[in-house]
Amino acid sequence: MSNASLTDQRPPSSLRGATLPKWFAWAVAAGAVLLGLGISFAAGLDSSIQWALIAAVLFVAGSYGISAKVEGRRQAKDRTATSLVWVAFLLAIIPLASLIWTTVKRGVKVLDGYFLTHSMGYVRDTEPGGGIYHAILGTLEQVGIATVIAVPIGVLTAIYLVEYGRGKLAKAVTFFVDVMTGIPSIVAGLFILSLWILILDMGYSGFAGSMALAILMIPVVVRSTEEMLKLVPNELREASLALGVPKWRTIIKVVLPTSIGGITTGIMLAIARIAGETAPVLLLVWVTNLINANPFKDPQASLPMYIYLQFINSGGQGAAYDRAWAAALTLIAFIMILNLVARGIARWKAPKTGR
Amino acid sequence: MAKRIDVSGLNAYYGSFLAIEDISMTVEPRSVTAFIGPSGCGKSTFLRTLNRMHEVTPGGRVDGKVMLDDENLYGPGIDPVAVRREVGMVFQRPNPFPTMSVYDNVAAGLRLNGRYKKSEMDDVVEKSLKGANLWNEVKDRLNKPGSGLSGGQQQRLCIARAIAVEPNVLLMDEPCSALDPISTLAIEDLIGELKERFTIVIVTHNMQQAARVSDRTAFFNLAAVGQPGKLIEIDETERIFSNPSVQATEDYISGRFG
Ligand SMILES: Nc1ncnc2c1ncn2[C@@H]1O[C@H](COP(=O)(O)OP(=O)(O)O)[C@@H](O)[C@H]1O
Ligand SMILES: [Mg+2]
Repeated sequence: MSNASLTDQRPPSSLRGATLPKWFAWAVAAGAVLLGLGISFAAGLDSSIQWALIAAVLFVAGSYGISAKVEGRRQAKDRTATSLVWVAFLLAIIPLASLIWTTVKRGVKVLDGYFLTHSMGYVRDTEPGGGIYHAILGTLEQVGIATVIAVPIGVLTAIYLVEYGRGKLAKAVTFFVDVMTGIPSIVAGLFILSLWILILDMGYSGFAGSMALAILMIPVVVRSTEEMLKLVPNELREASLALGVPKWRTIIKVVLPTSIGGITTGIMLAIARIAGETAPVLLLVWVTNLINANPFKDPQASLPMYIYLQFINSGGQGAAYDRAWAAALTLIAFIMILNLVARGIARWKAPKTGR
Repeated sequence: MAKRIDVSGLNAYYGSFLAIEDISMTVEPRSVTAFIGPSGCGKSTFLRTLNRMHEVTPGGRVDGKVMLDDENLYGPGIDPVAVRREVGMVFQRPNPFPTMSVYDNVAAGLRLNGRYKKSEMDDVVEKSLKGANLWNEVKDRLNKPGSGLSGGQQQRLCIARAIAVEPNVLLMDEPCSALDPISTLAIEDLIGELKERFTIVIVTHNMQQAARVSDRTAFFNLAAVGQPGKLIEIDETERIFSNPSVQATEDYISGRFG
């Protein structure tokens, strides 16, 4: 730092260095976008994403260069880290935003009260009309039954692992839960198919699908519940035990209430994960255009299968195509509502500190 | 209500590590016994053997005898849950149940021992909170969360919770070390009142506190880190602080330690 001109500019306080104004980052960003657009136009690139990548690179490089000149190396590195985080964030958000945008734009065309409250019945794929009532009903029943099966098993397993599990058995259970986490949904479907339909000779039904969905759901519930139980401070367990409360009551009255918010969130997210599963449903529930409210007998419709079939049969346009998007929008909305409910419950049930 | 504790030949282990070795002492009923000694000498461990909380720690193991009046807490067929109802405990950091109100915190221990009528429960809660000198401060916010109280109030809430189940003995592990001087004073006063009804054992790092609140004082020490802690001596508090019979005790008390 023997550069004379730099030393001259340095203000008298050694704690204050040269800083670029707040709008600097925005200015560089704007410049980078303009340049990116210019370059891609000049080079004849017609993709809608290439200019953004060029702009991102320009932005990171530009802000580092200018900042290094004016503010110094350390601040420049800091800026680079910040801009990398922003670029990563934008790259992550773009597909998500565009997916939601596309789904909403195409989905709202036919999504109305009639669509939600009527089945396809005998409406042909090329004809307009019909709805997804039968598919919503099927998905709700299948997911509901899967939840009823998976939640008690999952939560009790987690309680065993955290509160009681010592030694070999706990290790083995943990291992199997890890393995289950990695099971592809089609394999879970094939397992139930061979057991339930091929060996036990049962027919297609919503319940068969629910069993496969439960297999997918259990490890997620175990994992998230385990994490939440581990967050409960040991002091609370000891406080309860020291009052002469038996261990099982300590778990029910102290440990679970303290962590119920997080456990519920985990369950909701697990439900959201299985609600869109297609493979097991395809193998085990099959599909129908009619309303079948009985999940224990005969094929049932479901949103993922409905979307798939409508789309396949549409040839990329027409009434069936619109219905596929509207059903997709319904499924996304369902999952988003579940997420919001989960957040609401987590906040509502969080241990209170208010005075 | 208050009972005598008679310990003989007690060893406590964490796995294969012997934490305290061959402890024998008597804790008199309706009195305050203080445990002092350097960190890591096993005061907490010993305290927790007195209500069978030691075995809650993974690997925790005890041999020896702890007589509560004429029953051995480690005798065959003794239910640790029942022991803990007789011998209550207050911890170093205030730990009220965060999901429960002030009222429910105090009622927590009782709700388990069977059904109580609402009016009975109200009486017990009021009596316990009064016993812990907390009633006037919280009587208007019984249904607010217990974790919203100040640290000192939380600790008194924990004491109220412990005495609500009417134990015979109350164990306190450094109950004031996380509190400010005023809250500490409040709790020391409280200990003076509680000893009319309970046998009290208190671990403290504060020599003045031991001198202020206790009738008898036990000094623990360990030869070196990794060695088991031992009881050096136990005597009237006045004797321990004026004229102890072991040199190590005098060194520790006068700060000439190590
Ligand atoms: N949970 C535990 N697992 C293993 N060792 C422990 C545990 N708790 C305490 N110890 C050991 O036991 C000895 C006594 O500890 P402790 O009773 O906490 O001492 P004090 O309360 O006098 O400071 C120490 O050497 C400590 O390292
Ligand atoms: Mg201690």
